[in-house]
Amino acid sequence: MSKSPNLVLPAIGGIALMLGAAYGFSSRNYGADTIALLEDRVEKAEARVSSASDKAKAEAERATALELAVAEAQEQAAKGTNLTSPAPQMEGAYGLGRVAMAEEIAAWDVDVLPDGRGLPVGSGNAFDGEEVFADKCASCHGDFAEGVDNWPVLAGGFDTLADEDPVKTVGSYWPHLSTVYDYVYRSMPFGEAGTLTPDETYAIVAYILYSNDLIDDEFELSNENLANFDMHNKDGFVIDDRPDLEYATWRVEPCMDNCKDAVEITMRSVFLVETPPEGGTNSMMNPAKVEGLPSFSSDGPSFIPEAAPKPVKAAVEAAPEPAKADDGDVLIEAGKKVFKKCKACHQVGDGAKNKTGPHLNDLFGRTFGSVDGFKYSNTFKTALEEGRVWDEASLAEFLSKPKAYMKGTKMSFSGLKKDSDQQAINAYLATFGN
Amino acid sequence: MADMFKPSRRAFLRGGAAVAAGSVAGAAGAQSPDTLITELQDWASITGAGVDETPYGLPIRFEADVIRRNVEWLTASPISSINFTPIHALDGTITPQGCAFERHHSGAIELTKGDYRLMINGLVDRPLVFTYEDLERFPRENHVYFCECAANTGMEWAGAQLNGVQFTHGMIHNMEYTGVPLRALLNEAGLGAAGDFKDKWVYVEGADASSNGRSIPMEKALDDVLVAFKANGEALRMEHGYPVRLVVPGWEGNMWVKWLRRVEVTDAAVESREETSKYTDVYEDGTARKWTWVMDAKSVITSPSPQMPITHGKGPMVISGLAWSGHGQITRVDVSKDGGITWETARLGKQGDTKALTRFYLDTDWDGAPMLLQSRAMDETGYVQPTKDQLREQRGENSVYHNNCIQTWYVNAEGIAENVEVS
Repeated sequence: MSKSPNLVLPAIGGIALMLGAAYGFSSRNYGADTIALLEDRVEKAEARVSSASDKAKAEAERATALELAVAEAQEQAAKGTNLTSPAPQMEGAYGLGRVAMAEEIAAWDVDVLPDGRGLPVGSGNAFDGEEVFADKCASCHGDFAEGVDNWPVLAGGFDTLADEDPVKTVGSYWPHLSTVYDYVYRSMPFGEAGTLTPDETYAIVAYILYSNDLIDDEFELSNENLANFDMHNKDGFVIDDRPDLEYATWRVEPCMDNCKDAVEITMRSVFLVETPPEGGTNSMMNPAKVEGLPSFSSDGPSFIPEAAPKPVKAAVEAAPEPAKADDGDVLIEAGKKVFKKCKACHQVGDGAKNKTGPHLNDLFGRTFGSVDGFKYSNTFKTALEEGRVWDEASLAEFLSKPKAYMKGTKMSFSGLKKDSDQQAINAYLATFGN
Repeated sequence: MADMFKPSRRAFLRGGAAVAAGSVAGAAGAQSPDTLITELQDWASITGAGVDETPYGLPIRFEADVIRRNVEWLTASPISSINFTPIHALDGTITPQGCAFERHHSGAIELTKGDYRLMINGLVDRPLVFTYEDLERFPRENHVYFCECAANTGMEWAGAQLNGVQFTHGMIHNMEYTGVPLRALLNEAGLGAAGDFKDKWVYVEGADASSNGRSIPMEKALDDVLVAFKANGEALRMEHGYPVRLVVPGWEGNMWVKWLRRVEVTDAAVESREETSKYTDVYEDGTARKWTWVMDAKSVITSPSPQMPITHGKGPMVISGLAWSGHGQITRVDVSKDGGITWETARLGKQGDTKALTRFYLDTDWDGAPMLLQSRAMDETGYVQPTKDQLREQRGENSVYHNNCIQTWYVNAEGIAENVEVS
């Protein structure tokens, strides 16, 4: 209960007595001065009543608040103390950080919105774009934006979105052209992000549109017309409608017993996955068939297969044993491990082909830029003319900082930092000839 | 069977196979005294490693197989790729940073605290730049959250593909983050200029070469988003965005921008590459859903599973797994041993934290007969994890992302488990 009656009543009672006394005196025949004096005193007394009453109310409220706080603390103590709370939020600012300068914002804030806000002044066409694309993009995306290996395909795929394997390209899938500019300008080329000029970017975007047969090679794409370009799939997206289509029906008490009559295995794992101790995985097709497996009912499996296949070779796996080979073998083995960084782009061994990068068989002793059928960057073409030859020293120097040693190389790899890794790679590559 | 207690995984598994083949030896039914007990062992006699032998400790070498692994053919280059957390071998809920999955778009970069800058700009009263030191002066919070890639289980849309829970469900980790609420930094820059928050967004961007950027509605930005600099008590690892990453609880991992360098308040979504051409869900008729940010409730049995066969034969055993929901707490997990005909409610390791992994256990007695193991999660909204058929009925088979279907492991009489689909 509140303490307010106890605090307020004595104060008001006291003043009421004084007022009663003042009224009694005024019924007698006093002069005007005396009446004025008495009136003044009544006014002052009333003011004191009011002030005392306000003060009493405030004290009562404070007391109530304190009582509530005590009750809350007692309740928490009974439950076990909990002193956690979210980080406090200031009304104003802490005064931390400093104001960002216009030049700084201009350097970092380069994103482009679908309505074209953020586009820098500039222009380019597919004719110019073809050259830039061949130089900076084609090693991964292909000369015709068709994609190399697993790298993204940028062109074609129209009318495949409803197929079993939709081909989602800039032409068939991307809803806004602003996104292409934004992504190419900020995040491409892979390994040289942020180096394109606005005009180069407009030209590349135009070439990608041209590869999709969306414009002719003279169409001049610019900050003026980019946002108005209607993409093929601009109306192909709906905003997340899971709440209506899925949550509404899947928020129900689930079945616990006799939920189905029988269960058959309809498909087995397509791949078996080995997990070698040195890391990574080896996956192979699973030859096992669903035939010969039991079906299930509420009584359990229909039968227990006698000689069940043992597909999980991967599970029987050992901690790596300490190496007992000589140092050379250890180095080659280490090099094989380091080469995992390279093998997404470079092949070695029997049947090695050029992929994103040239094959690396017979590397030592071979002239720079000399593998048949591989499209080298200009810097390697020059090196070929100069007759430079790969040896362990030049490879180590190249791999320590590829872009510094061969300025303009298409290789996106940032380099091997450890000398031991470079020695290991040399030893490993030397096992593939010369 | 004495082999079973040698600290070698291979020996352990061999021993297990012996049990499956019908051996009755072992600690409980020993025929002869166990020499591991009766004979003096080296480790009980010779001294071990001194302090400081490993100033920062790594797991003992016998656990060397408990590592992240990738599947090379999934992507063109390891620099723009993903690997998988070894969830089959972990227990409890916290993922050690060293084996928590990585996903990079242009490789993991080395950025020092000294070189770190965070810019807040756009529709704010004062565009600001913070240093790393500035961030540590704001009041901070601790929260455990799961981070799941939207593509987790993505290969399984078209059928049972990869034989291992690490590969079907390993694009997830769960850590305790320390960081500053994003709302505190936005408040510091002042949101007066943003006006009505209803149609406002923040665009967040990383400092690496991909400058991965995503648009987040202002309501979420002011709710529980954290600007984090510690995970599991120590600095973030390079591969998880050292020194600062964004934590967007319950939402797809791609939005958890690493090496966070910029937060821009905008009046529209940027519709960047990662929110249009990627991380959108194509349906059977060719239309696609966008802005599917929340990761719905999901669970999977981590043991037994293809990488964790039953090696001890019939008798008492623990079926264990993980459950999580981007909508809040996990309230219940049911387990079926017969492909979904009959379900039993599992025991939760502890009351689930909101938007964090919850461990479940079904302590059971295996009769040695084959099983079709499934788990089914429920969250605080009453949502029940769907079957693969339910998902396909809604979305077809052309999607990549947001596959939260019930997973089935076929466990044969030898205890070997395989990824399968059932009727």
